Amino acid sequence: MSTLTEAPPPLAPAESAAEPPRKRGRFTPYWLLLPGILWLVVFFALPLVYQASTSVQTGSLEEGYKVTWHFATYWNAFSEYWPQFLRSIFYAAGATVLCLLLGYPLAYLIAFRAGRWRNLIMILVIAPFFTSFLIRTLAWKTILADNGPVVHALNSLHVLDLTDFLGWTAGDRVLATPLAVVCGLTYNFLPFMILPLYTSLERIDGRLHEAAGDLYAKPSTTFRKVTFPLSMPGVVSGTLLTFIPAAGDYVNSELLGSTDTRMIGNVIQTQFLRILDYPTAAALSFILMAAILAMVTIYIRRSGTEDLV
Amino acid sequence: MTTDNSGDVRLSGIGKTYGAFTAVHPLDLTVPQGSFFALLGASGCGKTTTLRMIAGLEEPTSGTVHLGDQDVTHLPPYKRPVNTVFQSYALFPHLDIFENVAFGLRRRGLKSVKKQVEDMLDLVQLGEQARKKPHQLSGGQQQRVAVARALINHPKVLLLDEPLGALDLKLRRQMQLELKRIQTEVGITFIHVTHDQEEAMTMADTVAVMNGGRVEQLGAPTDLYENPRTTFVANFLGTSNLIEAEVDTKSGDDIVLKAAGDKLVLPAARCGAPAPAGGKVLVGIRPEKIALAHADDAGGIPEGRNRLTGKIADASFIGVSTQYVIDSPACAELSVYVQNVERDARLVPGADVVLHWSPAHTFGLDAAQAIDAGTGEEVAA
Repeated sequence: MSTLTEAPPPLAPAESAAEPPRKRGRFTPYWLLLPGILWLVVFFALPLVYQASTSVQTGSLEEGYKVTWHFATYWNAFSEYWPQFLRSIFYAAGATVLCLLLGYPLAYLIAFRAGRWRNLIMILVIAPFFTSFLIRTLAWKTILADNGPVVHALNSLHVLDLTDFLGWTAGDRVLATPLAVVCGLTYNFLPFMILPLYTSLERIDGRLHEAAGDLYAKPSTTFRKVTFPLSMPGVVSGTLLTFIPAAGDYVNSELLGSTDTRMIGNVIQTQFLRILDYPTAAALSFILMAAILAMVTIYIRRSGTEDLV
Repeated sequence: MTTDNSGDVRLSGIGKTYGAFTAVHPLDLTVPQGSFFALLGASGCGKTTTLRMIAGLEEPTSGTVHLGDQDVTHLPPYKRPVNTVFQSYALFPHLDIFENVAFGLRRRGLKSVKKQVEDMLDLVQLGEQARKKPHQLSGGQQQRVAVARALINHPKVLLLDEPLGALDLKLRRQMQLELKRIQTEVGITFIHVTHDQEEAMTMADTVAVMNGGRVEQLGAPTDLYENPRTTFVANFLGTSNLIEAEVDTKSGDDIVLKAAGDKLVLPAARCGAPAPAGGKVLVGIRPEKIALAHADDAGGIPEGRNRLTGKIADASFIGVSTQYVIDSPACAELSVYVQNVERDARLVPGADVVLHWSPAHTFGLDAAQAIDAGTGEEVAA
């Protein structure tokens, strides 16, 4: 997931002694890297260091905060807000699974079956980005409203009885329930699943499907043994691109959820902007980052696609 | 030989159209069990489409495909007892060599595949590479994996779609012999698609030359080479000199023709066109069948041979032979290949010469067809 660009290999050593080493060109790759490195330092490294120092400060807003290496903030923050952490991970995982289930068939369709409709469907996938994220999420408030068509339909099909029973919804409404938040997350991050899936499916040589068919694989077997394994890089990057931002998201919970669906992003936002308890907010951010980093590392190791991502 | 005909491939009236474009005109073809059959033609001639219809990768617009007595026209590829070696191999990049070769066996539910796969890898001399991924192998090795992956299933018919196209010349020659050896060893029907006439002639028992979605001529390589029936076959398989001539008289089994004052004799049996007196016929002769004599020695040429006078326009020495281009009143730019046994120092560009050859090597073609058909396409030589 790192966006660091690898430095081009140093110039090949001079083939013979007769050719003098080219001194002028030696540092060119590093000069070309400079803007990127500067960007990373200013917008990534410095804020990270600043936030790390904030997380170990104590004090108050009136007296000012000082670095006192007060690591207890981490433990306090975690012990108080672990339910929100857990919830974030569950919601993000749920949304990721839903995105995969919805996105894979669509990406497959675009890559292999869409023919001349391919570009149109791609545009439809990307089109929502032309409207603000907030407006689109607010629109879901209307769609999922208590007297809206979705609730009405689900009610008459008795689906809500089931989701009520599972604890995903409550009191025959969808808005302000976990289901609404997960739906919002799924909707908002679906394109981030579809695009990498499409890219990786589209790269698969169509002759491999023919070869599998020729070697006695039914279409379903071809999918299980050839297409899906070859699309793993897309599955991994798609799930990461969905899971990571979804785990830190607070807009969906804020707009579509209730106080019972608060995710860790909401807690951090409140700590930073309302309670103004910067150390706790910074510590929570770091815990979230560490948790995601650990999970992603394990995930990539287990899916065995390190060399493919 | 065997009387088992389950490996026969019978195509009856099989054709394929894409919209208004006809890729393959309805054709009938029977490939007997155990033979090595080549479909030869330039790109776009319909040979690959024909192969894909046998494999089941392409649905024919008309006609039927039979394997032995079984009608497989509407069977999906995974139900046909046929395997394909694809152009550029189509090996599964995520599986190692062992699993690539085992793929077909596993799909048919076989549990213990180890022995079979190892034997097959030994047959193609890749036993050491079993745990490598395809991209770690060279082109020639990948090609052998593709053959092993198909052959291990003991198909009734093995289809090869330009399997050697991606290899360099030397490796290609080596693989041609290798494939021929494997085919003799396993005795499976091979249908081989290629645009390389030399490859087709080296490997196949029977060659079908395709052009514009039709089979122009079908036969053993020597038969096709010696007795081409169309200008396309004459030009596509090797090189031919085609001389337009007018029928003068018929005497017994021979036709006597006039070409710019010279008289040529053609056995009537080797003329594939109606030859009414006064009509036109294309007289064909292969460059290596022509002998060259300096004009001063013309008297020494035995009687009864066809002769043409001309002037050497160009000579290129290529080691085993010298290739001459000769302008004759009867035909410009005749090719003559002379073995470098005793080189005549007088045969240099500008020299007046007499070309002569045995009438028995002459063939006749219908003059109504394009004289240069089959020459435009680059043939890998």
